[in-house]
Order: sequence, then C-alpha cells, then structure tokens
Amino acid sequence: MNNAVKTLTNGILKENPTFGLVLGMCPTLATTTSAVNGMSMGLATMFVLVCSNVVISLLKNVIPDKVRIPAFIVVIATFVTMVQLLMQAYLPGIYAVLGLFIPLIVVNCIVLGRAEAFAAKNNVGLSALDGVGMGIGFTLSLTVIGAIREFLGTGCVFGAHIYSDQYGMLIFVLAPGAFICLAYVMALVQKLMK
Amino acid sequence: MIYFLIFISAIFVNNIVLSQFLGICPFLGVSKKIDTALGMGAAVTFVLTLATVVTYLLQKLLVLWSVEFLQTILFILVIAALVQMIEIILKKISPSLYQALGVFLPLITTNCCLLGVAILVANGTNKLPGAMEHNLLSGTVFAFATALGFALALILFAGIREQLAMNKVPKAMQGTPIALLTAGLLAMAFMGFSGVV
Repeated sequence: MNNAVKTLTNGILKENPTFGLVLGMCPTLATTTSAVNGMSMGLATMFVLVCSNVVISLLKNVIPDKVRIPAFIVVIATFVTMVQLLMQAYLPGIYAVLGLFIPLIVVNCIVLGRAEAFAAKNNVGLSALDGVGMGIGFTLSLTVIGAIREFLGTGCVFGAHIYSDQYGMLIFVLAPGAFICLAYVMALVQKLMK
Repeated sequence: MIYFLIFISAIFVNNIVLSQFLGICPFLGVSKKIDTALGMGAAVTFVLTLATVVTYLLQKLLVLWSVEFLQTILFILVIAALVQMIEIILKKISPSLYQALGVFLPLITTNCCLLGVAILVANGTNKLPGAMEHNLLSGTVFAFATALGFALALILFAGIREQLAMNKVPKAMQGTPIALLTAGLLAMAFMGFSGVV
C-alpha cells in the first residue's frame, strides 16, 4: 500500500515530468496558450501514458530485449492514434487548437521514458499508478503554466475574466512568453524544492 | 520566387524552434558548445530533408490505399529506420562524416521536429506563401529551410550560452531556467521578422 502511494505521488512532486525531469518541453511550451489548452494536452498525454504503461508492463516478458524500443514505440503510437481519432470525432475544437502536437505525443520523451524506466521493470498495477501519477504531474504543470500565460496575456483564467483584456500583455500568449513564463515558474519550483 | 519566400519564411519568420516549439529537447540539450551545436545542426539538416522526402512519398501511398490513420505509426517507424540506415551507410562510405555526426544521429529519432515537419508537409497543414499546395519540390525546400532555421537557432543559442557560462547567475535560475529565459529573448528577437513574408 505504502509502495503504491509512493509510486503515485512520485510523478506529481518529486519527479514531476516538467519541473523535475525536464522532459516533454515541446508540448509544455507550445500548447499552454491557455489553461484549458494546457489541461487538454496534459489529459491526452496522461491517457497515452497510462495505457502504454499497462500494455508494455503486460508484454514485458514477451518482447525480446533487442527490439524493445521499436516495440514500445509501436504500442505508444497505437494509443496516440486512438487519442487522435477520438479527439477528432468528439472534441474537434480542441483538436484544431492542439493540432500537430497530438500526433507528436509519440515522440514525447516522458511516455517512452516511463515505458523504459518503469513499466518494463514493474507489475501492471504499479505501472498503471506510475502512469496516473506522471500524467497528473504533467497535467498540473501544463495547467499552471497555461493559467499564468492566459492571466498575464488576456486577463482571463479558464476563460473567466479577471481584468480587462486591454491591459493584457500579448507577448505572454506568443512564443517568447512561453519561454519566459516557464523559466520563472521553473526557477520558483527549484527555489521552493530546496 | 515562391521557393525563396518559403526559404525565408521557414528560417526566420516561422523558425521551427523559436516560434513553432518543435525540437526543444536538442535545442536545450546540445547547446552548451558551438562545436556540438554545429554537428547537431548538420545532422538534423541531412536527416530532416531526407525523411521529409520519404514520408511525403509514403503519404501518397497511404492515401492511395486509404489507410491514412496509420500515418503516425508508419511515419515514426520509417523515420527510426531511416536514421538507423543513414548511420550504417555513413559509417561505410564516409567514416570522417560519421565521426563528426555519429553521436548525434541516434538522438535525432526522438527529435520531434522530424516527425513534426514530416506530418506538416504530408498533411499540407503549414501555411505556404500564396496558399499553394505542397508538392515534392516545395516540401523538400521547406524541410531543408526548416532544418537550416533549426541549425541557426541552435548555433546562436550555443554562442550565447558559452558567454553565459562565465557569468554569475542567481542560484534558483541556474541550469534550465536561465537557458529558457535566454531562449525567450532570442524568440523575441526573431519576432522582429514577423510580417516580412
């Protein structure tokens, strides 16, 4: 039980994918133009992460060691395609915004990294929990960065107006704001963790 | 003329790293020295151009057999195989080039700008000047220019980081945060190109 809790919280705090492991920077920067976009990307990644962790953990004794990386990638790509088709059908609005970054979950280092580092060595239950924990950690950080950028850029959080958007700093919704915002949030996390 | 516009647009206006956020991992990872940045830039230019040509042709086959949903799986496998193949061929025919690019080649498989550009060109979703459709030539030119843009951003960034290493940085900002902040300023500089094409 203790082990399970530890596995779950590991991804949220200690080894947070964004702030601890510094993995998956591309979607972190590109899709956090608003809190909702960041959260959707996080949830999509979480789905792929949990499913691929479970399947890879089940198949770990079947896959020969030499071809394990290509095999992992095929498993991951299958789930990414599923997410892609589901989002296209049921959430076309969000799919249009996230666009290219949904298929690019395949090359997100977090997914392959957890498959290799955790799911290939642990049982199904723990692997699923690790996927959930990492997924929550990733979703949380994307949502936080998205909320900050949305707040500074347009004066909204989750679409709710806080102050008039004419005072918003547009730069935070554009590309440079992503880098700058992530830099300061990461510095703050580094400071608080010590 | 149109190819010239594609060229300028892909290198400066829509720089792959600084405005499209593709390939951030190598951008942050191998930018500590100018030498390694040059090697990585050259390797990406080579592989990206080749991979885009191959995946563009593959997409034609996928559409022909109406199995477009296999795009993600096939593209990533083809890219991985291609990188492996280039590595083997280079080792055989040009050991000196292999020496220079060797370490960077395996890293490229997980570089998202490869799959990203391949999908952009194959689906025709990126904006070309004059709203024209991609053909094989424009796709190749676009991929080559995009890779040059990646190399340019990487080398500029490496140059700044070499200088930065000699400066005192506040403790909390050390490492990735200061690198990201630098990238942010670089992105702001590149924003000056917007509207050129």
